[in-house]
Amino acid sequence: MSLLSSTMAQAASARPGFSWRRLLKWETLLALVVLADFILNAWLSPYFLNPWTLSDASFNFTEQAIVALPMALLIIAGEIDISVGSTMALCSVVMGMEAGAGFSTPVVVAGGLFVGFLAGCFNGVLVTGFRVPSIVATIGTLSLFRGIAYALVGNGVLKSYAPDFAYFGQGYVAGPISFELFLFAVLAILFAVVLHKTVIGQRIYAIGANPIASRLSGIRVEATKFWIFALLGLTAGLASVLLTSRLGSTRPSIASGWELSIITIVILGGVSIDGGQGSVLGVVLSALLIGLVTFGLNLLNVPGIVLGIVTGGLLIGVVAISSALGRSGRRR
Amino acid sequence: VLKKLFLQSPAEVGLSLLIILLLAIVTIAFPAFLNPDNLRSAFDDTALLLMMAIGEMFVLLTRSVDLSVAANAALTGMVVALFNAAHPGAGVLPVLVIALALGGLLGTLNGLLVWQLRIPSIVVTLGTLSVFRGLVYIVSGGAWVNSDQMSASFLGFVRLPFLGINLLSWAGIGVAILAFLFLRYTLTGRNIYAAGNNPNAATYAGINVGRMQCIAFMLSGAISGLAGYFWAARFGVAYTDVASGFELQVIAACVIGGVSISGGVGGVAGVVLGALFLGIIKNALPVVGISPFFQMAFSGLVITVAVVLNAGTYRNRHGRRILEHQEAAP
Repeated sequence: MSLLSSTMAQAASARPGFSWRRLLKWETLLALVVLADFILNAWLSPYFLNPWTLSDASFNFTEQAIVALPMALLIIAGEIDISVGSTMALCSVVMGMEAGAGFSTPVVVAGGLFVGFLAGCFNGVLVTGFRVPSIVATIGTLSLFRGIAYALVGNGVLKSYAPDFAYFGQGYVAGPISFELFLFAVLAILFAVVLHKTVIGQRIYAIGANPIASRLSGIRVEATKFWIFALLGLTAGLASVLLTSRLGSTRPSIASGWELSIITIVILGGVSIDGGQGSVLGVVLSALLIGLVTFGLNLLNVPGIVLGIVTGGLLIGVVAISSALGRSGRRR
Repeated sequence: VLKKLFLQSPAEVGLSLLIILLLAIVTIAFPAFLNPDNLRSAFDDTALLLMMAIGEMFVLLTRSVDLSVAANAALTGMVVALFNAAHPGAGVLPVLVIALALGGLLGTLNGLLVWQLRIPSIVVTLGTLSVFRGLVYIVSGGAWVNSDQMSASFLGFVRLPFLGINLLSWAGIGVAILAFLFLRYTLTGRNIYAAGNNPNAATYAGINVGRMQCIAFMLSGAISGLAGYFWAARFGVAYTDVASGFELQVIAACVIGGVSISGGVGGVAGVVLGALFLGIIKNALPVVGISPFFQMAFSGLVITVAVVLNAGTYRNRHGRRILEHQEAAP
C-alpha cells in the first residue's frame, strides 16, 4: 500500500508544470552562485576579465562537462556509470598505440571513439542484459578498463601523436573560443533539445521516475538504458580525444578519479541521484561554476587537492540548502 | 527474517569452495605462496580490506553507500601519524583512541547529513570523499610522514606477533567477530537489517531508519579510522593519496561476499570470504609471476565476473536495485 502511494506521489511530482517550477528555482540558485563567483574572481584578479583568460579558464572543465551531459541522461534514467574515467584511459591508450603505429589522425580519433562506444556497450550489456546493478557493474569495469590500459602500456608514455592531432584540445574555432568550448556548447544545446523537447527525452524522465509504469506504457526501458550507456561511452571517447590532444601524451593513469568529478557536476546541477529529475541547463551551470571556482582558486595558488574541499563542500552545501528550502523531492 | 538471512548459506558455500580451489591451484603450482612471510603479509593486507569492508557492510545493509571510507582512513592515518611525530613518547593507546574517535566523528558527519538533511548517501559521501582528501593535504601541508618520523611503538604495534600471525591480522579477525555478534545478538544489529530490508515496515515497527543509517556510518567511520592508523603503521608512511580508490575495492569485497547493494541482505561470513577472495588474488598474482601491470586488469576481470555471477543471486533475494525503486516486471 505504501509502495503504491509513494509511486503515486512520484508520479505527481513528475508532472511537467510542477517540476519545471522547481527546476527553475534550482537553476536560479546555481546561476546566482555562478554570478557571485564570477564577480569574486574579477575582484580577486585584474586579469580575469580578459577574454583569453576566460578562454584559458574554460579548459579546466570542458572535457568533464562534455561527459557530464550523457551522464546526466543516465542518472535521470535511474542508472549510474563510475567507469568513465577508466573508459577515457582505455581510449587514450588505444589512440596512442594507433598513433605509434603510424595511422593518420582521422583513424586515430575514430579508434578512440569506437573503443569508448564498445566500453559503453559492455557496461550496457552488464546492466540491461545481465541485470547487474549499475553501480556494482561499473565498479568492476572501472578496474577492468583501467587494468587493460595498464596492461597495454605498462609504465610507459605514448606520445607519437601527429601534429594535426593537437587541434582538438589546443585549437581555436574563432578568436578566443577554443574548439573544446565550441564543441561543449554545441553538444549542450543538442542534449538540451533531445532531453527537453523530444519524445526520447520524455521517455528518459519516465524511465527514471517509474520504470514499471514506463514498461507498462510500452517504453523499451532496457533498450533505452543500453543506448544511453553506449552514448556515454562514445562521449567518454570524445572527451578522451580532447584530453589526449590537449596533453599531447598518454599515460595509463590519465583521467583517474574523473568519474567522481563528473558525477559531482551532474548532481550539483540538480539532477536527482534517484532518477527522473534534472535538466541540461543545471548541468551546464554547475560545470561553469566548478570551472570558475577551480580557476579562481588557481589564481590564489591553492593546490589542486584542496579544491576538493571546495567542490565537495559545494556539492553537500548546495544540496543541503535545496533540501532545507523544501525541495524534499529526494525520495528515500 | 532471521531464518531467511541464515539460510542463505549456499552462496557462501560456493564462494568458500571457489576460494579453496583458488588456494589449491596457487599452492600446487607455486609452493612459494605458502612461505610463512608471504602468508603473513597476505593476511595483513586482507585484514585491512576486511575491516573496512565490514564497516562498509553496515552502511550497505541500511540501503546506503559510503564512498568516503578510504579518504577517512587517509585523513585519520595522517592525523595519528602527525600526532605520533609530535609526541613520540605517548605510546599507542592515545593513537588508537584518536583513530577511533576521529574516524567515528567523520563517519557520524556523513550519517548526520544523511539522517537529518535527508541527502542521498552517495551524494554525501562523494562530497566528503573530496573534503577528507583535501583536509589530509591541509593538515600535512602536502608533506609525507615517513617511518623515521614514527615511533617504534607506533610502527611495532601492528607487527606484534601472536600465535604465528601479526596483531593486524588479529584486529581484522576481532572486528569480524565483534561485527558478527553485534549484528546477530543486539537489538541495534537486528534493527539495521530491518531498516535496510524494508524501511517502510521498519518505520511502522518503531525503528528510526535514519538513526540506524547514522549508526552504520558511525561504525563504518570508526573502523575506517582504525584502519587508517593500521595502514600508516603497516606501510610506514602517510601521505595525501594513501589508499586512493580503495573504497571501490572495499565495496567490491562486500558485493562479492553477497551483500546486497539495495540493503538488508548480507552478513559477516560473506564479507570475510569476499575479502579473502580479493586478498588471495591480489597476493597470489605476484607469486604466480604476472606482471604488476596485468594484475589490475586481472583483478578487474575477476571483480566484473564475480558481480555478474552474483547478479543472479540479487534477483532471487528480494532484489531492489540502487537508484531504482522497484524491480521492473520481467
